[in-house]
Amino acid sequence: MRQFQFAGGISPARRRQDKLFKSVCFIGILTACLFLIVLLWSVGKDGVDRINGDFFTSFASRFPDKAGIKASLWGSLWVIVVAIVVAVPVGVAAAVYLEVFTSSRNKLASFIQLNIANLAGVPSIVYGLLGLALFVRALSLDRSVLAGGLTLAILVLPMIIVVSQEAIKAVPRLYTEGSLALGATKWQTVFRQVLPAALPGIITGIILSVSRAMGETAPLITIGAVSVIRQVPDGLDSKFTVLPMQIYDWSTRPQAGFHDAAAAAIIVLVGMLLLLNSAAIVIRARSQKKV
Amino acid sequence: MDASHVVTKEKALFQRAFSWLHFREGAYSLVSFACAFVSVVITFSIVFVLGKETIAFFQSPDVTIREFFTTTDWRPTFDPPGFGMVPLMTGTLMITLGSALVAVPLGLASAIYLAEYAKPAVRKALKPILEILAGIPTIVYGYFALFHLTPFLRSVFGADRIEVFNAASGAIVVGVMTLPLVTSLCDDAITAVPRSLREGGKALGSTNYETIRRIVLPGALSGIMASFILAVSRAIGETMAVTLASGQTPNVTFNPGEAIQTMTAYIVQISKGDTPNGSTAYLTLFAVAATLFAITYALNVLARKMVRKYGSRYS
Repeated sequence: MRQFQFAGGISPARRRQDKLFKSVCFIGILTACLFLIVLLWSVGKDGVDRINGDFFTSFASRFPDKAGIKASLWGSLWVIVVAIVVAVPVGVAAAVYLEVFTSSRNKLASFIQLNIANLAGVPSIVYGLLGLALFVRALSLDRSVLAGGLTLAILVLPMIIVVSQEAIKAVPRLYTEGSLALGATKWQTVFRQVLPAALPGIITGIILSVSRAMGETAPLITIGAVSVIRQVPDGLDSKFTVLPMQIYDWSTRPQAGFHDAAAAAIIVLVGMLLLLNSAAIVIRARSQKKV
Repeated sequence: MDASHVVTKEKALFQRAFSWLHFREGAYSLVSFACAFVSVVITFSIVFVLGKETIAFFQSPDVTIREFFTTTDWRPTFDPPGFGMVPLMTGTLMITLGSALVAVPLGLASAIYLAEYAKPAVRKALKPILEILAGIPTIVYGYFALFHLTPFLRSVFGADRIEVFNAASGAIVVGVMTLPLVTSLCDDAITAVPRSLREGGKALGSTNYETIRRIVLPGALSGIMASFILAVSRAIGETMAVTLASGQTPNVTFNPGEAIQTMTAYIVQISKGDTPNGSTAYLTLFAVAATLFAITYALNVLARKMVRKYGSRYS
């Protein structure tokens, strides 16, 4: 913003104070950026030597330099697929209900809305205990891929609902009103106009939920997933481990070799997350251009 | 007029009520309502599960509510056991306060820079960096704290003052983790203050700093406070970073160089061990989690109230 200067208007002391404040604010954001760079650089340096073909194709091992992430990588994939398959239809349907079929005056709908907002703030470890009591014990799914996937589905559900609602809200009223005026029913309008138009936003939400679920450790520890496993899941009832749990396990071991393996697994994990987030950014940018 | 074209109101209603289309519309609506209702079911399940086991815990002869919340001897898996949760609470408090010392000033300063000073291009470049910072899994922060930040702190302050596991290291990374949340919410609150107020301040001869300090920040205050509360709530629930970096030692201390145990770290510790199902030690999991849930839920509700207040202020 331009400063208009009047003779004798702003004293040098006030001007200095103003400059100083701007610098302090800049240092604030600079610190955050520097922290990110130091973090990525130092973890990358620890782990980069361990990244090779064998690291992806070997199981966990007693010997640090033979240990790999095959089981945890596939485990992560299985659990996330289950979580997404369960959470996305439920979440999108809930978003449609809240955005299309109720008014803000509807008491029940605003109660549900408030509840979703509050659920989003529940610590992930609490979802882990819910998963333990509900899926592992009450439904006796044991420590299976299904139990882990359902726990993560509950965890990401609020996020999917909120993001889908935003996407649906952004669909121009013209589309829905045009469709209704031509005689389509409400649900025909939802399926043929609203959801296709909201799709980029919903996909962005799904990608963000995948990256959230992929990084979660605590709820899966709580439901009792074990970190040392020498098999790839072959069904919903298989035992599993996931990448973050493997990282945790290796980090807690005394041998330094395992710490480097943990760092290498972090490179893989963060690499995948960055890819997912860039995909989300690209989709968002492209859909904004279209409208 | 041909009478056969006149459809009576009753007949129309009848046809509508029983048409396949109408049935399908109703079915879809019902299913979508059920999906939305799932979230309510989840909340009630959490309350039910935590509540049931917590009641079972307090019914056991080993412990009273008073003892649980006021005594400092926390050894649930030892014989004889101790069920005083105060060490976990002070541990959590240490992490929360420490992380707030990092996240509040840095987050607010970043938000002011982004909202008031940064050119649009700079803003566009910096925002994704904050998003990445927010998206990095907490286990990664834990690794960084344990193997890089703690050695650094030990070399600066002396290995005799900073233990291998210490509260400071965990608190700092939790602070960095919650910083993007503070920045993004403060940014929203600051940009919601109308331009006209800023221009009024400038027209009266204020510098940028004076405008921000006396006009913008007071206008955005409830949103800013809400962001601090949400950051605190996030820090209380934070698990893996503090489990890795700050240790598993229930310890009533306010020395940031010492190892501690937070409520969340305790839940991880017990979950990893093989505590028999249904034992009092196992029930502590749920009692601790219920405490955690109650605190974070209350903070979130409070923050939401404050956001709503500032939302209505300028619209």
